[in-house]
Amino acid sequence: MTMMKKFLTLISTAAITFAVMLTPAKAALEIVITEGMDSARPIAVVPFRWKGNGPAPVELTEVVAADLLRSGRFNPIPVSAMPQRPSTASEIDYPRWAGLGVEAVLVGSVEPNGVGRYTVTFEIVDVLRGQITGGTRVLRNGELVRSHDHILDARTSVIDDSQFRQYSHRISDVFYETMTGQRGAFMTRIAYVTVNFKQDKPYELVVADYDGYNEQVLLRSPEPLMSPSWSPDGSKLAYVSFENRRPQIFIQDIYSRKREQVTDYSGINSRPVFSPDGRSLAMVLSKDGNPEIYVMNLATKQLRRVTNHHAIDTEPNWSPDGKSMVFTSERGGRPQLYSVNLDSGQVRRLTFEGEQNLGGTFTPDGRQVVMVNRTQGNYHIAKQDYPTGVLQILTQTALDESPSLAPNGSMVIYSTTHNNRQVLALVSVDGRFKARLPAREGEVKSPAWSPYLR
Amino acid sequence: MNANQLLKGLFIAIPLMTLAACSSTKGVDDADAAKGGGQISQGANNGVEIDGIERSKSPEEIRQEQVAALAQVNMVFFEFDDSRISSSAGQILQQHADFLVKNPNVRVTIEGHCDERGTPEYNIALGERRAKAVVQYLQNMGVSGSQMTTVSYGEEKPLIRASTNEAYAKNRRGVIVY
Repeated sequence: MTMMKKFLTLISTAAITFAVMLTPAKAALEIVITEGMDSARPIAVVPFRWKGNGPAPVELTEVVAADLLRSGRFNPIPVSAMPQRPSTASEIDYPRWAGLGVEAVLVGSVEPNGVGRYTVTFEIVDVLRGQITGGTRVLRNGELVRSHDHILDARTSVIDDSQFRQYSHRISDVFYETMTGQRGAFMTRIAYVTVNFKQDKPYELVVADYDGYNEQVLLRSPEPLMSPSWSPDGSKLAYVSFENRRPQIFIQDIYSRKREQVTDYSGINSRPVFSPDGRSLAMVLSKDGNPEIYVMNLATKQLRRVTNHHAIDTEPNWSPDGKSMVFTSERGGRPQLYSVNLDSGQVRRLTFEGEQNLGGTFTPDGRQVVMVNRTQGNYHIAKQDYPTGVLQILTQTALDESPSLAPNGSMVIYSTTHNNRQVLALVSVDGRFKARLPAREGEVKSPAWSPYLR
Repeated sequence: MNANQLLKGLFIAIPLMTLAACSSTKGVDDADAAKGGGQISQGANNGVEIDGIERSKSPEEIRQEQVAALAQVNMVFFEFDDSRISSSAGQILQQHADFLVKNPNVRVTIEGHCDERGTPEYNIALGERRAKAVVQYLQNMGVSGSQMTTVSYGEEKPLIRASTNEAYAKNRRGVIVY
């Protein structure tokens, strides 16, 4: 342990050399939806009415419509197809919207409220219910009142002009949860690694909003960077860096740029993953001979060995309750997924279909595992259900790897190959919605979806 | 160097110095040279024969030359998802083993690499197995384990950046770095 402590250098000088100015860039990732809009529910996101003088400061609803489209669950109709531009539920002409098959309408307004501050009001309106009962008088507790049960949600907030994008994602979250019963994951980020050999330092660790906006490079290096993984509070990333010509695990605060070197063992130091409580870090080390899974207590830096087998054991991922892990092992001859109970140490094989199954990750409800399946030489993202064991292939792209789930379990982001380049792609957990996130240049890989951010 | 060699060296050195003097005067007189008159070129037959002695190389220089030669053939290639040393790879490793056994102070890093198929983390493990297979092979030929360290880059540093079988074959490699 004292040996280990020597290596632990808080905010090492290397950090200063490698850390990069947090330079905001415009979105490097576009979105190309390739499949699945036929099953999406038609809705309308009506541009919010600007109640100030001059041009509107920003169009909140463009961001909201893009979010909802990208979720794969909704298909916002084009603004040009809208029969009217209501800003409140009372202005909605229901039959005209119902005639278009629109299920729900988002309406609202933006009003100046002091210098650089705005009052944003919005309502989510159920079109069918509005058509039947909207605005009618109903008897309630012996009194005749105006029915408002067609208004699914209504909110008013005061925001400043730096918060428009964030607040748009907040509206998307409210809309999504209202309409699906599931929490929205629009206020999240993704971390990924880009590789561009035209640069002196080809390897970059990048963080962006989940939609690719506000891209920020956290680290540039001449040597490979791998396996970024989020802390449960979304403030830190653990990753592997080869900057010292061997793999070492680092933890970096994404806001303060403080960086801590966590490991420098001989051999492999790979795939760090924070435990759900954030107190431990699972990792793969080969210091004792061959790749085994360990858990490090981040307070004491004490290591606990989880696996003990002469075959390759790698790619640990925690179950949502933190009591077990899924991992990849070659103990059966070829790489397959296994689970290990962290209390008893009991190991159980999970996958049997296909030549190989790798890179397993639990869905947030713990009932499914998303993985990379190799069948007839093709690598695709797949999902296995428990306890049925049914395996479903979700993607048809080539060389798919590194799946990472949105915190609400609705969507998988993964790395794939398109036109001979590594790009990121999205697939919904039901396999219906598919999209590509092409980058401007270079390769993009190892995506990691953040937890919910506040 | 024995006395005989030294003497022979001097005989040759003296005419060489003369020649050097000639050529230096030629250098300043460009016009003369342009006319073609009085041109004395080194190695031309003016009745002298020029020879040199081979300067003996320091052991370090010899070693550096050998390392440079070995660096030209410092890669061995593997089959898909496999870490066995082929017979052609064995021949390459033999040359390195011979050198490393004779030079026990020379240390090398053995890199293990993979093609892009399979997950990055699994390929780190596979790359290490390849690097260790090279180490094992060299150890069996007498190289000391303390001369070698390994590092696996998995699929992160391809030799050829393409998604073809030819590229994959080149990327699945072990590299001996001096």
